[in-house]
Amino acid sequence: MIEYKKPNTKEEFKKNFKEKKPLMNKTEALVESSKCLFCYDPPCMKACPTKIDIPLFIKQIHTGNVYGAAQTIYKSNWLGNACAVVCPTGVLCEGSCVYTKEDILPVQIGRLQHFATQYIIGNRLKTFEQGFDIQKKVAIIGAGPAGIACACELKTIGYKVDIFETKSAPSGLISHGIAPYKISNEDALFEVEFLKNQLNFNIFYNEKINSKQQIMDLESKYDAIFIGVGIGSTANLNISGENLNNVIGAVEWIEKLRKQEHQTTIGENVIVLGGGNTAMDAATESAKLGAKNVVLAYRGSKEDMKAYPFEYELAVSCGVDGLFYAQPIEILGKEKVEGVRFKNTLNQEEFIINCDFLIKATGQAKHLELFSLIDNLTIDDRKKIKVNQDTFQTTNPKYFAGGDAVNGGSEVVNAAFEGKMAGIGIHNFLKNK
Amino acid sequence: MIDISVNFAGIKAPNPFWLASAPPTNSGYQIMKAFDAGWGGAVWKTLGLPTINVSSRYGSINYRDTRMAGFSNIELISDRPLEDNLREMQEVKKYYPNHAVIASLMVDTRQEWETIIKEVQDAGADGIELNFGCPHGMCERGMGSAVGQEPEVLKTIVGWVMAAAKIPVITKLSPNISHITDPGLAAVQGGTNAISLINTVKSIVGIDLDTFAPYPIVDGSGTNGGYCGPAVKPIALHMLKELAQHRQINKVPICGIGGIETWRDVVEFILLGATSVQVCTAVMHYGFGIVREMEAGLKGFMEQRSFDTIYDFAGRALPKVTEWKNLNLKYSVKANIDREKCIGCQLCYIACDDGAHQAIKLSENSEDRIPSVIEDNCVGCNLCSLVCPVENCISMQRKDDKSEHLTWDMLTQKNEIPNTFNDERAGGKGHHVPSVEEAWNKRENI
Ligand SMILES: Cc1cc2nc3c(=O)[nH]c(=O)nc-3n(C[C@H](O)[C@H](O)[C@H](O)COP(=O)(O)OP(=O)(O)OC[C@H]3O[C@@H](n4cnc5c(N)ncnc54)[C@H](O)[C@@H]3O)c2cc1C
Ligand SMILES: Cc1cc2nc3c(=O)[nH]c(=O)nc-3n(C[C@H](O)[C@H](O)[C@H](O)COP(=O)(O)O)c2cc1C
Ligand code: SF4
Ligand code: SF4
Ligand code: SF4
Repeated sequence: MIEYKKPNTKEEFKKNFKEKKPLMNKTEALVESSKCLFCYDPPCMKACPTKIDIPLFIKQIHTGNVYGAAQTIYKSNWLGNACAVVCPTGVLCEGSCVYTKEDILPVQIGRLQHFATQYIIGNRLKTFEQGFDIQKKVAIIGAGPAGIACACELKTIGYKVDIFETKSAPSGLISHGIAPYKISNEDALFEVEFLKNQLNFNIFYNEKINSKQQIMDLESKYDAIFIGVGIGSTANLNISGENLNNVIGAVEWIEKLRKQEHQTTIGENVIVLGGGNTAMDAATESAKLGAKNVVLAYRGSKEDMKAYPFEYELAVSCGVDGLFYAQPIEILGKEKVEGVRFKNTLNQEEFIINCDFLIKATGQAKHLELFSLIDNLTIDDRKKIKVNQDTFQTTNPKYFAGGDAVNGGSEVVNAAFEGKMAGIGIHNFLKNK
Repeated sequence: MIDISVNFAGIKAPNPFWLASAPPTNSGYQIMKAFDAGWGGAVWKTLGLPTINVSSRYGSINYRDTRMAGFSNIELISDRPLEDNLREMQEVKKYYPNHAVIASLMVDTRQEWETIIKEVQDAGADGIELNFGCPHGMCERGMGSAVGQEPEVLKTIVGWVMAAAKIPVITKLSPNISHITDPGLAAVQGGTNAISLINTVKSIVGIDLDTFAPYPIVDGSGTNGGYCGPAVKPIALHMLKELAQHRQINKVPICGIGGIETWRDVVEFILLGATSVQVCTAVMHYGFGIVREMEAGLKGFMEQRSFDTIYDFAGRALPKVTEWKNLNLKYSVKANIDREKCIGCQLCYIACDDGAHQAIKLSENSEDRIPSVIEDNCVGCNLCSLVCPVENCISMQRKDDKSEHLTWDMLTQKNEIPNTFNDERAGGKGHHVPSVEEAWNKRENI
């Protein structure tokens, strides 16, 4: 049973979607930072994809050098603020903290990181310097975490950087995909604004790159191009009834949720199809939006799901019911969805579950049209752009790529790392030209 | 039957937990509250000549998330009218006849000492404590630590007091001196009935990084303060031991003061020879209620060891505190890491490698974060076991066969003091460290 009351106002929405990792106050930061042991060769740092020097920034917070702590964080990760709250820390840094070996709660690294990054962002402290002017230009496609990280890295070196973005705001999935109880729109956008103000890269909005002409223009005007377009919209299931009303893809529905908040449409009886983290988020979000019943249907076993166990547990704690070995074979209804016919993948028996809203979280299509416009760009069998793992250069030497478009859909922290590495890769490529 | 009552130089109290002369004993109101909470005695905030205090009086040292690990003050003796203090003292004694009320005094001339002694005796004080300790303010007027640092002056004043006093006299010593036995002996020679120590340590607890003024800041400047609280306990324990082992001084009872907060602290002071203790900072931090923990802990300790009174174990640590030259050079312990308990922080590794004797190594397998001890190199210094954050994870295990006992003193007497470096445990002999050249060649990416 779902316990959330349907939110009717912005305040009620905020209450249901209250942040999971609230900002620490100074006292809490002092107490929590005192817990860090300053380990040698720290396992937390090894577990961080961007290799933030965690014991250093925690010690800096503790000694009142919060500005220095934020510098330490951004030195490794250009999305330090977003990552602090959206990273699955339980399976990354915090999951590796030595305290867990003793069954003691780990140091709350994410929240300490947020404390430091909010300090410089909230106080708008000058933190970054543009590099010495280099008369070379780089174009970036996509203002998501990968693109932003790449832009920041290049600006600190000294390149001219223009970002082209389909949407009217930056930050990619941080503000239109990730769950609102992890990060607010304001928080997501402020960080990019903060970086942009200090590093001065350009972002051109409502500029979708999707024609050969545009690609040729970019190639003639820029010395290198970074592709950070992420992955695309929800893929079709190819079963009947997909066009009925109230059948929607998870990423599309979540994007609406991020924009429309309490005014987002949801049904009373919701089925979410899928077993990944996006499915878990969509199920949890449906519950928090006031659906009466939410069924999470997955074709394999609970253990087979790709989602992190803690995300499934969160959904269950919000009242979501898990339904396993259930393969959807038909979506039922006249105009609107009325139910789903499933097949039990163990005994092949068919059964129907009624619903008035269906969310498909069964995978996303890739930006293949765009990729096909670029000469010599190799796409692997899983439709990911092939790159050199050190330089993030694609098989077309002028192009570099990173983020979901390369890793197939991972976390913000991976996109931030790959974008930064690609920036360095571009510099090494261009400096010898 | 456990009996923790004390008779300290003739001053009787239901227990050895006394409040030190300080803000917690400013008034009758506070002292009555303290007696109700369980304190056995109280040394009234020092009475003497009129003073004026400054505003902004305390500073402290915080360690990690611990507040007031060390505490500093620049307050003077009581600034309340003497007649108010004397009247309240008389009233408190009336309501609490079995608790110890001791008047702490600090004046200048012999005449002043004689007058004030008579006044507190008339008010019913059970004893007198002479404050020769304050290292700030009063010493600039020739009192407090100015006396405590001059054994001859101290002896003279103690002599004046003994001639006038009809109740027991405790002399409170300042730690701001090289040899605590000098003022200790002077006090005994002057005829004191008992000694208490330590008063506060002359100190500067910190500097404000915006104004460059020392804490506590009084309108832009500061002065040295008196340091106390948990941080000074080791200094107090050492000075207590110096007096308690001194044959002429240890004829009088000693009251231990300095950083006492828990029952363990109390037991340690008693084991080193104190037969009552005084507390200030812990009460200023947590209130009178902390005495509950002290009393329960002390009684529990006594019960476990079958001690009936504190006199059954007072001074029992003294024979174990000896000089370095009497320590057994053949005794050998080595570190042992419990692989079950280790959480892989590798603090022991880096502490030993950078700060000690290069006797801990990391596993060759980078998945295995548990370090191991290189026994040949381990000198048994304890450092790793001190830094290890896990309780009882690194233990120091005895490795010699207990058959030999050899001390520096024995070598001296046998005229066998080595004239070459021959410690098997030291670098270059049994202890293997890379040579400078090897280390230079091994440097990577620096
Ligand atoms: C529902 C959901 C929940 C998630 N939750 C988390 C989480 O909790 N924690 C976490 O760390 N990660 C989470 N992720 C993953 C994370 O959001 C992504 O890994 C990350 O945003 C990838 O960054 P990116 O820059 O590669 O792509 P994106 O964030 O997708 O950004 C790509 C940008 O490129 C733009 N673009 C696309 N095509 C074009 C074009 N042709 N021309 C111009 N611009 C274009 C897009 O509009 C977008 O702004 C989640 C993802 C989803 C879908
Ligand atoms: C194990 C140890 C050995 C020391 N040996 C010396 C020494 O040989 N010479 C010296 O001048 N000081 C010696 N010291 C004192 C230190 O140099 C220093 O003055 C003191 O430890 C206070 O500083 P700290 O609080 O940073 O430790 C030693 C200290 C320690 C802990
Ligand atoms: S593992 Fe934990 S205790 Fe060790 S450095 Fe990292 S956060 Fe600190
Ligand atoms: S006892 Fe000292 S020498 Fe031995 S391993 Fe530990 S730190 Fe190293
Ligand atoms: S300090 Fe203790 S817990 Fe840490 S690695 Fe060494 S033995 Fe293990």
